[in-house]
Amino acid sequence: MRRMTWFNATSLTLGFAFLYLPMLILIIYSFNDSKLVTVWAGFSTRWYGELFRNEAFLDAAWVTLRVAVISSTIATALGTMAALVLVRAGRFAGRTLFSGMIYAPLVMPEVITGLSLLLLFIGIGLDRGIFTIILAHTTFSMCYVSVVVSSRLVSFDRSLEEAALDLGCSPAQAFRLVTLPIIAPAVISGWLLAFTLSLDDLVIASFTAGPSSTTLPIKIWSSIRLGLSPEINALSTLLISFVAVGVIAASLTSKRASLRRQAEERAAVAA
Amino acid sequence: MGQTTFEPWNDPEVEPLIQFRNVTKNFGDFTAIDDQSFDIYAKEFFALLGPSGCGKTTMMRMLAGFESPSSGTILLGGQDIAPIPPNKRAVNMMFQSYALFPHLSVWDNIAFGLKRDRKPADEIAERVGQMLKLTRLEKFAKRKPHQISGGQRQRVALARSLAKAPKLLLLDEPLGALDAKLRQDTQFELMDIQEKTGTTFVIVTHDQEEAMTVASRVAVMDHGRIIQADTPANIYEMPNSVYVADFIGEVTIIEGRATRTRNGDAYEVAFAEGQPPLRAQSDRSFGIGQACHLAIRPEKVRITAEKPEDAANAVQGAILDIAYLGNLSTYIVELPSGHLIKAQTANTQRLSRRSFTWEDTVWLSWTETAGVLLEG
Amino acid sequence: MRRFALIAVPYLWLLALFLVPFLIVLKISLSDIAMAIPPYTPTLDLSAGWEGIKSFFAALDLENFEFLTTDDLYWKAYLSSLQIAFIATIATLIVGYPIAYGMANAPDHWRPTLMMLVILPFWTSFLIRVYAWVGILSSEGYLNQILLWSGVINEPLTILNTNVAVYIGIVYTYLPFMILPIYSALERMDESLLEAAEDLGCSRISAFWLVTIPLSKNGIIAGCFLVFIPTIGEFVIPSLLGGSKTLMIGKVLWEEFFNNRDWPVASAVAVILLLILIIPIILFQRNEQKQREAEG
Repeated sequence: MRRMTWFNATSLTLGFAFLYLPMLILIIYSFNDSKLVTVWAGFSTRWYGELFRNEAFLDAAWVTLRVAVISSTIATALGTMAALVLVRAGRFAGRTLFSGMIYAPLVMPEVITGLSLLLLFIGIGLDRGIFTIILAHTTFSMCYVSVVVSSRLVSFDRSLEEAALDLGCSPAQAFRLVTLPIIAPAVISGWLLAFTLSLDDLVIASFTAGPSSTTLPIKIWSSIRLGLSPEINALSTLLISFVAVGVIAASLTSKRASLRRQAEERAAVAA
Repeated sequence: MGQTTFEPWNDPEVEPLIQFRNVTKNFGDFTAIDDQSFDIYAKEFFALLGPSGCGKTTMMRMLAGFESPSSGTILLGGQDIAPIPPNKRAVNMMFQSYALFPHLSVWDNIAFGLKRDRKPADEIAERVGQMLKLTRLEKFAKRKPHQISGGQRQRVALARSLAKAPKLLLLDEPLGALDAKLRQDTQFELMDIQEKTGTTFVIVTHDQEEAMTVASRVAVMDHGRIIQADTPANIYEMPNSVYVADFIGEVTIIEGRATRTRNGDAYEVAFAEGQPPLRAQSDRSFGIGQACHLAIRPEKVRITAEKPEDAANAVQGAILDIAYLGNLSTYIVELPSGHLIKAQTANTQRLSRRSFTWEDTVWLSWTETAGVLLEG
Repeated sequence: MRRFALIAVPYLWLLALFLVPFLIVLKISLSDIAMAIPPYTPTLDLSAGWEGIKSFFAALDLENFEFLTTDDLYWKAYLSSLQIAFIATIATLIVGYPIAYGMANAPDHWRPTLMMLVILPFWTSFLIRVYAWVGILSSEGYLNQILLWSGVINEPLTILNTNVAVYIGIVYTYLPFMILPIYSALERMDESLLEAAEDLGCSRISAFWLVTIPLSKNGIIAGCFLVFIPTIGEFVIPSLLGGSKTLMIGKVLWEEFFNNRDWPVASAVAVILLLILIIPIILFQRNEQKQREAEG
């Protein structure tokens, strides 16, 4: 009995209004001319100009981007390996510990992860900077990647690999030519997840960053601690639209792909 | 069927349990049920048979109360059921997916409907016990649905829908999920339970064999209409249309033109150049040279090496294909005109004595009453 | 050989950057604060050999944990974290369930879009989503402006820097974690079950309570844990939306570390926080396991 009752329509409307109104307000007020964020004083893009003239923000953005790209790439490689170990490696000594270490960071409060990594870096005398943030981000995001990839691997039909081996592939070739292309969407979404987590992280970066390596969230945090700021509204708008465009484009692409697939399947049946 | 005396549909005195009165059901532009009127009688085992999308499921869901007619009325025991919501109807349904509540045990599933009626606990326990016994599920009362086999789940669904002793039980493809062997056993079990409880059953199925086996009457449906509703024997022997003849069982259909014979007791069907016309008796009347179809069941066609002397119809052809089905063999014989005719023989002898093989020239013969003459 | 490398690389990485750091936290929580770099004693001096190791272990004690029990700031913070997390989880459930239910009952062709709309906020910055509420809830904020303008209130409400603001922030940011598991449970549900319930005499409402709720139970439990567990250690929301009276353990740990520079106590706070989390995490794992078994 799937039907749109008034109850369902209301709860969806209210629910999505709740989810999106705050961001919408943020976006609208980023075009506010006034320095007082909550008082509307006419349309203006001045805060975007201020933002792009603010060296500290631009530096932080550059640090964040580098950290995110590098850490998510390493995390994707390590996470995919970890997923293969979890799903394929069978039994080995320390397997329980391994899967525990994969799942624990997902539920570990960030303050603890951050604290423990900081204590490690100090303990081994590693200077804090971009490198330590990358290590930290790689560690927790590889766990997310491995969860995403392993859920795809579980449903992977192993007879495809067996067919490749049967047709003369070496195991490495079978992985590269058959397994990898099929799990690629999961690997890509794992990378995107790792990338976003890295872009987004405040707490772990705060613990592991040095004075010379401020990331964007740290910079945002120190300005919003002091209260509302029109520049942050402008920055938020940019970040939100960046993500929204990405997510919508991705979902449209996948929808188009699935529609095309359906059309092709229909054509194949009709032929 | 052994139920020769049970024919309430032939007795004008008997009040039908269910009456469809000019019922139409539209979904947007699509007409699922097209102005249908028919009756179902108490204690009947009534089958709605047809391909998917023919409207049979819609018919059943209107009886259950999950759909309401766009126009027309449905009477249950003389009362219009339109205003009665599904949870207040004395009608229960056995779902195609069984719809067993996965979080409840077999016992609680069966008791579910009884509890809604706020019956006293001991009464519920007694009734559930009866149902478990009827469906031979006593041992599984405490199990959850995922802990029992498909056949057992089917029986739980049946017990649950029978527990409230409904006036009418609806069964939506009840055996669809079972494998062939189990399905046969279950068909007889269903008939047995129907007889024991005296409940009126309406079954929806696309499996003609199933409908023929279990039902007292079968309604063959197509495109929202009932084409023919009759006993299985009549449906098989006296189909009223090419559609029904073709849908039920195997048949050879020959197109031709009918002309009454000179003495008037039969028709001659001209069907091909250079072939003698076929003779067939019919209760229907056809004009001179009217287009018609002759439907012949393969088991009524004799296959012989020599031309039979006394046959009303005899044609010669070559064997194109043989399907060996164990108990039967079906021969497909091609006439010089290109027509294909099926003939079936019972394999009462062992395989070694099979008399015909591919490309043999054979004679096919049948009587005047073997074929059914239908309007083109 | 290849298999060995495949296992060894991620394994060693996690050992070095997850397990070892955590053991260090455990060790430092047993140490004493000191005016030194690093600011705690003892430090393990392997050059002193076996004697060094012995004296190292001899100097470890539970002093910091005793300190946590004597200063009621800490156990109040733990209790208050649990309480806030609990209330916020219930609130998220109340807000999230109708949305998940509406999504599951929406027409098929809407669902991918609705799904995307629920996930989209998850990809946007957590910090920004919390920050958005500062402007709404502050005393001169948008909410107060609307309420004053419409005449519902005469004085601005104080919401920002109270626990209410923290609840709102948690509900807002963790809502997708509640909606998604409930939605997937509801979406999987066979519609004919509800028809069967009605056919057997249930009204719509009793069918909801007797069939829909029990069958979405696992989704509800999963959603609650997914909100409850991370909320306990939450730092950003209480710091930004909560007031000085909002006590949450993540915030205490942060302040202990960055403001007081008391690393041993901060470590002890972390160890206890983890011990508290272990129970819900195990319960959550068990629920997931049960669900997998029920499906398999």
